[in-house]
Amino acid sequence: MLPNLGKTDLVELLRKMLLVRRWEERLIRLAEEGPSFGHYHVYVGQETIGIPALAALRPTDLIFPTHRNHGYLLGRGADPGRLLAEILGKETGLNKGKAGTLHASAPELGIPHTSAIVGGIVPIAAGAALAAQVKGSDQVSVALFGDGATEEGVTFEALNIASLWKVPVIFLCENNTEEALGAAAGGYPKSVTAANDLGNIARSVGVPAVVVDGTDSGAVFTAMKVAAERARASGGPTFVEARVVRWPGSNPLWPELIAGETELRYAWEPEAAPELLIRWYRNQDGLLRYLREMLSASLLEKDEAKEIDSEIIQHVEAAVRFARESAYPPPESAYLDVFARPSQ
Amino acid sequence: MSAATTDKAGEHFPDQRPDRELTYAEALVEAIAELMKDDPDFFVIGSYVLGLGPMRALFDQVRREYPMRVLDPPTAEIGFTGFGIGAAMNGLHVMVDLSTASFIFEAFPQVANEAANASYMSGGRLAVPIVFHFLHGLRGGGAAQHSHSPQAMLWNTPGLQIIMPSSPADVRGLLPAAIKSGNPTVFVDHSKLMPIKGIVSVSPKEIPLGVAEIKRSGSDVTVVATSYSVQQALPACDELASEGIEIELVDPRTVVPLDRRTILDSVSKTGRLVIVDETHRSCGVASEIAAIVSEEILEALKVPIIRVTVPDVPVPFSPVLERELDTTPERIAAAVRTQMMRKQLSRP
Ligand SMILES: Cc1ncc(C[n+]2csc(CCOP(=O)(O)OP(=O)(O)O)c2C)c(N)n1
Ligand SMILES: [Mg+2]
Repeated sequence: MLPNLGKTDLVELLRKMLLVRRWEERLIRLAEEGPSFGHYHVYVGQETIGIPALAALRPTDLIFPTHRNHGYLLGRGADPGRLLAEILGKETGLNKGKAGTLHASAPELGIPHTSAIVGGIVPIAAGAALAAQVKGSDQVSVALFGDGATEEGVTFEALNIASLWKVPVIFLCENNTEEALGAAAGGYPKSVTAANDLGNIARSVGVPAVVVDGTDSGAVFTAMKVAAERARASGGPTFVEARVVRWPGSNPLWPELIAGETELRYAWEPEAAPELLIRWYRNQDGLLRYLREMLSASLLEKDEAKEIDSEIIQHVEAAVRFARESAYPPPESAYLDVFARPSQ
Repeated sequence: MSAATTDKAGEHFPDQRPDRELTYAEALVEAIAELMKDDPDFFVIGSYVLGLGPMRALFDQVRREYPMRVLDPPTAEIGFTGFGIGAAMNGLHVMVDLSTASFIFEAFPQVANEAANASYMSGGRLAVPIVFHFLHGLRGGGAAQHSHSPQAMLWNTPGLQIIMPSSPADVRGLLPAAIKSGNPTVFVDHSKLMPIKGIVSVSPKEIPLGVAEIKRSGSDVTVVATSYSVQQALPACDELASEGIEIELVDPRTVVPLDRRTILDSVSKTGRLVIVDETHRSCGVASEIAAIVSEEILEALKVPIIRVTVPDVPVPFSPVLERELDTTPERIAAAVRTQMMRKQLSRP
């Protein structure tokens, strides 16, 4: 189901999702070419969680991402070139090369802080909601985290305090563990929890929890809208779990384009997809599902979709050129910014 | 895995095979495998002992052979670290792997306030045979949250042994010693050490804790270095030798216990001291060593001590900025040259 929005907005969401997909695919190519920019994580396969979630919020609402943050930065309108420059460690990067992929943030876009410490962001987002509550603003704060963060005790503590103090926070848990390999199989860590329903962790402290199919953009959008309204009406926190099958390219410890870049025609010709990913593209990729839903609702023609896609690919190429041509920061700048308000 | 053979009378015949060249990662895995083989109470809790680099697959051998004794925990550092401590209090010998050193912050209450205090609070009656293992330091793109070197903070916590190997032979000999010591021990590894090669005895022996190794002898300047900094100091030694400056490179190998004697003797001989370490400058490992030398043998110093450390700045992401903070061979060599050029301290 598509989000309950007009055609213009729906096309805009598609653009954003495609931007995320193309930008991330390009990032993996850059990592292959080297030089290495360290360990990184891509948002491929989760576009239909983040982008509709952002659409359900107001621009003044705050969001607090994790190590899997690129989709949110792009979704909130961060310049693709400056985000890429950050990841390549350039002076023109969003954070002047201090953050890289793991910590890129954009306070001016309502993304004050990104933590790459699993669970680290959860109480911080709830604390920002406390400030909103104290100030009497109608701002909502969103903690973004993976299923892995529910293994950390700090997440439970944050849920409990948020429930006690009824702060306007949404806990958006992106559960991408389904069909993940796990560390024991030589892959990316897979969540290991005795709770077969993550929402029960929240419910145990009185935080209402809902589960949505993360490839169902409309369901994500509605769940986030309801949670945001509840928060704004002083109803307290909500736990939203969005489930997806992990994109197989994120199964290894380092992302891989195991079967090349996405082709839009896989949406309508699934048999054209590479063998390795045929099932994923057919049933588990939210982005292609969204595209199919747009086509079958006659909100878009195939040719229009292709045109949008090639525009976006060019836009991404321009971002790559910008990031590559940008200079590295002067080495002395390493000593700046330890304090935002230097004491001397 | 010990290669020595024993005849019927129980007499030892030393292995006649030549020593081998191993990578640091291979030596570490061999030590873990030996502990697994020799000690049925030895357990590993944690999944990323070798880090995220290409050598990580070497650990799969241990997983395969001892699946019941390699536990893959949830991402729950404070929880699984506490489990390790409790298990060690009740008869197991545990290696808890926190992977990236920064993640020990998630487990600090259990390490610093439980394990470190347990023996003392029991009046010396409770031994806690546990090793907290992690990979510290600048790893290339780790940025602020994945590049910590928490060993100085941990050194400020009485009740923890701290081990910092710098070579394959050292890690091979120190890990078994740490486990067998019976005390809570922080085992500090570095991802950049993993591919480093070195000769390891075919029948390796445990290396006693608190015994420094002089990695190079020389008479002009003492360089004390720890962990990966030792590997950074070695090329500096070569370069300086070609300029006619002879470095004595002292690797303490363990800082708790610390082999003060070897450091003090070397500085007494050379009269010059450069300390190289990847903890931040203030209250770092180098600060403590400098303080000890100043307190004990100030009169032996011909020139002031120089510390080559990571400045008091969180570790930035950009490779250019990260390099600026690194304890590179160039910085080490420059510090040594400064010492050689400085006017000697005059004393009344
Ligand atoms: C405290 C801490 N422990 C371990 C890690 C290493 N780590 C990075 S990502 C990750 C898995 C996170 O899984 P999840 O939260 O589900 O997010 P996903 O990457 O699957 O989106 C782990 C364990 C970390 N960053 N922080
Ligand atoms: Mg996950």
